[in-house]
Amino acid sequence: MNILLIAEHDNSALNPATLSAVSAATQIGGELTVLVAGADCQNVADEAAKVSGVSKVLLADNAAYAKGLAENLSALIAEVATGYSHIIAAASSTSKDTMPRVAALLDVGQLSEIIAVESADIFKRPIYAGNAIATVQSQDAVKVITVRTSAFDKAAAEGGCAGVETVANSRDSGTSNFVNEELVKSDRPELTAASVVISGGRGLGSAENFALLENVADKLGAAIGASRAAVDAGFVSNDLQVGQTGKIVAPELYIAVGISGAIQHLAGMKESKVIVAINKDEEAPIFQLADYGLVGDLFKVLPELEAKL
Amino acid sequence: MKLIVSVKRVIDYNIKVRVKADNTGVDLANVKMALNPFCEIAVEEAIRLKEAGVASEVVVVSIGPTAVQEQLRTALALGADRAIHVETDELPEPLNVAKLLAKVIEAEQPGLVILGKQSIDSDNNQVGQMLAALAGRPQGTFASEVKVEGGKVLVTREVDGGLRTLSLDLPAIVTTDLRLNEPRYAKLPDIMKAKRKPLDVKTPADLGVELKQHITQLKVETPAQREAGIKVDSVDALIDKLKNEAKVI
Ligand SMILES: Cc1cc2nc3c(=O)[nH]c(=O)nc-3n(C[C@H](O)[C@H](O)[C@H](O)COP(=O)(O)OP(=O)(O)OC[C@H]3O[C@@H](n4cnc5c(N)ncnc54)[C@H](O)[C@@H]3O)c2cc1C
Ligand SMILES: Nc1ncnc2c1ncn2[C@@H]1O[C@H](COP(=O)(O)O)[C@@H](O)[C@H]1O
Repeated sequence: MNILLIAEHDNSALNPATLSAVSAATQIGGELTVLVAGADCQNVADEAAKVSGVSKVLLADNAAYAKGLAENLSALIAEVATGYSHIIAAASSTSKDTMPRVAALLDVGQLSEIIAVESADIFKRPIYAGNAIATVQSQDAVKVITVRTSAFDKAAAEGGCAGVETVANSRDSGTSNFVNEELVKSDRPELTAASVVISGGRGLGSAENFALLENVADKLGAAIGASRAAVDAGFVSNDLQVGQTGKIVAPELYIAVGISGAIQHLAGMKESKVIVAINKDEEAPIFQLADYGLVGDLFKVLPELEAKL
Repeated sequence: MKLIVSVKRVIDYNIKVRVKADNTGVDLANVKMALNPFCEIAVEEAIRLKEAGVASEVVVVSIGPTAVQEQLRTALALGADRAIHVETDELPEPLNVAKLLAKVIEAEQPGLVILGKQSIDSDNNQVGQMLAALAGRPQGTFASEVKVEGGKVLVTREVDGGLRTLSLDLPAIVTTDLRLNEPRYAKLPDIMKAKRKPLDVKTPADLGVELKQHITQLKVETPAQREAGIKVDSVDALIDKLKNEAKVI
């Protein structure tokens, strides 16, 4: 087996999601090569070379890959893919955008968001918002895979000493151009990497009221999450949505405040180790899977929680 | 400009699925089926582009057994002009869907193709991207805003860190995210009118596509269920449990 793993990064640092994908790759077994495609991203390649289990790093450093445009990245990956049995990446918005394109260019299927490796060609993945788990077998010579990072421990970031080789290649489709981005800056831990997440739903009522949640988050060193209803209503930005079609989190502690517990929300957080629900409706479905439920008005509970933590 | 919208028939999103006792799949007998919610958003976006005078015609396509005609009729009632049903025994896997759509696009030559970002049954999130690769066209996935201007389409995408806007040459492929729009409901007279709108049926052979199996589903299981926990009656009790029992704070 010869695995090509696509690094997730922002051109300056390796995203820890990559380390979860490395664990999945290690379970498949064989030689592991990491491809770092970006612009001015030598640092990322150096970081990737140190990850335990990595035997080689390929660095494609070119302006065409600066913004992770799927057209350019997929052309690069499909070209580099020759000789590899698996092409694997952490499931992120970049890889979800790019990997199916790679699969189509190689005329193979894709296995999206695997949560377990059974063998080199058999994997488990959630379907129906996690209400069923499918065991699937790839029939293709090359297996294109994205990995649900919450389901795999992170490989050690240090301990490896892989060599870095340069891929001199520029694939610019010219048909897609980056215009601008609004990236949300926050001093809080990143949602998918945090050990404590506190999420707010429609019950919060307004963007201003999210401050109540932030105060508690500050005490706990927690990341902030949200339900779709809270994002749709404009209380918080889209990158905080937890669920079937948002972020998948599995922290040590997940606190759901003013969230009813729709299956689409549960799909994104039900693997959390300890779940707390705070809701004024004692019939709210979220209580059916909460380890600790507190029936009460969040506008009373949150300030009290902040004061007592 | 002609628009193509590709729609999938799936289980209604409100329904809690049950895994079959023999673990071959999910029980879909007598279960309410509907348009995939992301496809509803795709249809709505296309109709709005037509209402805004950007698009001249909206063609909806669905691939699967005869039953998918129900969802095509829904899309026609919502305002699509005509429908193409590519008939297959089962819902084919994403690469096959993309190959069939690529052939439809070759024949129809649309300016823009709009799909959902994800089917809520298989949770694949693949077809739009695969289609874009096969057609050799640019893609704007997970769109929360779509603007056609000056021979290009500006697509604002929901990405992990926030929002990112791309400018794509037409023809382009767009996949919808939840916040692109709020779909309308079909009105009764429109549902009646939809019955008379044209619906063509084609087979994969007509399109010159041979369906191949890439992924075999070996079994489907119910995930491990969480045991229901306890209710605590005060903030103090909650903090005590988290500190001393769960030891997570
Ligand atoms: C295709 C599709 C994909 C989706 N993807 C996602 C997804 O990824 N993530 C997601 O979250 N949702 C998703 N949804 C939406 C999901 O179905 C629900 O609509 C959504 O999760 C509801 O959000 P909520 O719990 O905040 O709101 P509601 O269901 O309205 O619940 C609000 C809760 O707040 C409580 N409350 C109100 N006031 C107070 C108070 N003062 N004190 C305490 N409690 C209070 C209420 O009792 C209620 O339980 C998706 C839906 C579809 C169709
Ligand atoms: N059988 C199908 N017929 C028509 N369109 C489909 C079909 N399957 C998937 N699609 C389209 O592809 C999108 C993404 O689906 P998927 O890649 O399966 O998650 C859907 O929202 C539809 O727009």
